[in-house]
Amino acid sequence: MTRAVPPAESRGQFSELVPGEPVISFKDVRIGFDDREVLQGISFETLPGETKVLLGEGGSGKTVIMKLAAGLMRPDSGTVTVMGHDIGAMPENELLQFRRHIGFVFQEGALFDSMTVSENVSFRLDEEGVDEAEADKRVHEALRFVEMEPAIERFPGELSGGMRRRVSIARALVDHPPIVFYDSPTAGLDPVTCQTIMSLILRGRDLQGVTSLLATQRVQDAFSLANFRFDKSTNRIVRDKRENGNAAQPTNQAQRPPVQGGALKQAPTPTISKGRDGEAASIVENGAISPTNVLVLREGKIYFEGPADELLRTSDAYLKEFLASAR
Amino acid sequence: MADEKEELEPLPSVLADGLKRQVLAVQDYAKLSFESISNAFTPPFYWADTLEQMDVIGVGSLPIIVLTGFFIGGVLVLQTAAQFERFGETALTGDAVALALVRELGPAITALLVAGRNASGIASEIGSMVVTEQVDAMRALGTDPIRKLMTPRVLATVAMLPLLTAVSDFVGLIGGFLVAYFTLRLGAVQFWTRAIHALDFGDLVQGFAKPFVFAFIISTVACFMGLRVKGGTQGVGRATTSAVVISSVILLVTDTFITRLLLWAFHK
Repeated sequence: MTRAVPPAESRGQFSELVPGEPVISFKDVRIGFDDREVLQGISFETLPGETKVLLGEGGSGKTVIMKLAAGLMRPDSGTVTVMGHDIGAMPENELLQFRRHIGFVFQEGALFDSMTVSENVSFRLDEEGVDEAEADKRVHEALRFVEMEPAIERFPGELSGGMRRRVSIARALVDHPPIVFYDSPTAGLDPVTCQTIMSLILRGRDLQGVTSLLATQRVQDAFSLANFRFDKSTNRIVRDKRENGNAAQPTNQAQRPPVQGGALKQAPTPTISKGRDGEAASIVENGAISPTNVLVLREGKIYFEGPADELLRTSDAYLKEFLASAR
Repeated sequence: MADEKEELEPLPSVLADGLKRQVLAVQDYAKLSFESISNAFTPPFYWADTLEQMDVIGVGSLPIIVLTGFFIGGVLVLQTAAQFERFGETALTGDAVALALVRELGPAITALLVAGRNASGIASEIGSMVVTEQVDAMRALGTDPIRKLMTPRVLATVAMLPLLTAVSDFVGLIGGFLVAYFTLRLGAVQFWTRAIHALDFGDLVQGFAKPFVFAFIISTVACFMGLRVKGGTQGVGRATTSAVVISSVILLVTDTFITRLLLWAFHK
């Protein structure tokens, strides 16, 4: 089992990631809005370094699960535990401290439109009182990571949808959080931009070792994460050849490697931070990168949970129809 | 089936639900207002945001306050002068203008103008942030949106409105004097002496206590309306309108009670 990269300095009470112990745990979670129960007793666990891809039709509760995990919503019943803390029972002031140790990429980016790209990315660092020079260095690193450094002084309104998502990813990763939630990061984007976004998520996973939840309606996003990994030695995304049954064979055009000679090929070597790179590299070299599991939601319940290739081989009529429509 | 059930819902139950929602909204408003003030006494403090809002609310409102204050003072003289002329007491114009402006018109009209200009701005700005998930993003980044967005706006409005009222009162008196000078041929010494002597400590307390309360009402109602926006851009529009209407109504109702209270306190 892999271990998540230790978090940035002083994560306090939220610093303990125990190998083998679930980082995120939902137990019989229920929540409803306007007489409609969106989640009807959801239970699942996410282990350190694992990427859990939440698939499902629109309105199936993917975003709600992520907002519950981030403490942005509270369940009507059941427990949501993140890093050993019961998020549903935590008072708001403690939740604010807790959220400083997670990254959240919103569906539309949710960038602060009155701030520049640089101010958006440095928002958390400024709030934490990080020294200006250090913050500036880390903002440049994060923006270089998402290949958005040239747009550093531009406003979100001047950026395309894909660029805004990339800045949003930089904002989420700037403080090296051990957990990142991606809410439909590829929704509404063209296929090339989708590949770029997925390559960034892959790099975040394999270089920083983050545990993550990723909500998406595109089934190929799940296969991209399951079948490919970022190889630091070649600075490329390569097919994952592990024999853990996690790597499924892509069957259509959409499941090609996220970036082949595209943006990543031209990308500079990511330099997240010295200490973290060293550790992340060892994770990749050991070949023990994060497993990716898929969770399919249907009508407020978990319909399928397991590796991506198992989903691909399914004989279930609903899942087959879902896979066909979600490509 | 659901429609039939809805149709059959008894009227008392519908009214009770509506009442519950209103009571809940008042409770939420009270909690939010208390939190916005209590945040001002515990770190982190957002002084830069507060100063920025002071500039937007205070300096930004100055031209409109000066302009309206001047003409309100002028029109007050025009209206009262005719009455005083009937008794040959035009010298009392200074007294009337000073008392009316400082005690009532200055604070109330300044507050209404600030409500129109800034309550709408605050509600639409925060409301837009809510519908584009920027407020959720702020929470996800570990920042309290009430502390970051609401408290600076409340503090800035509370700090700026009394100053704007003072400016409005002063400019109103100048406007009143100019109209009195040109229409009644009232001398500067006569006007200003009477205007200043007409005011006592109680009048000043009344005139400058009100803006603090009005500012609190305007800013908290505007932030509350902005933070509870639902329904996309249409919701932002509704919240903006509600912020102006509700804050204006509440401040005028409150004005009546404060006036009564202060008149009683200063034995007037």
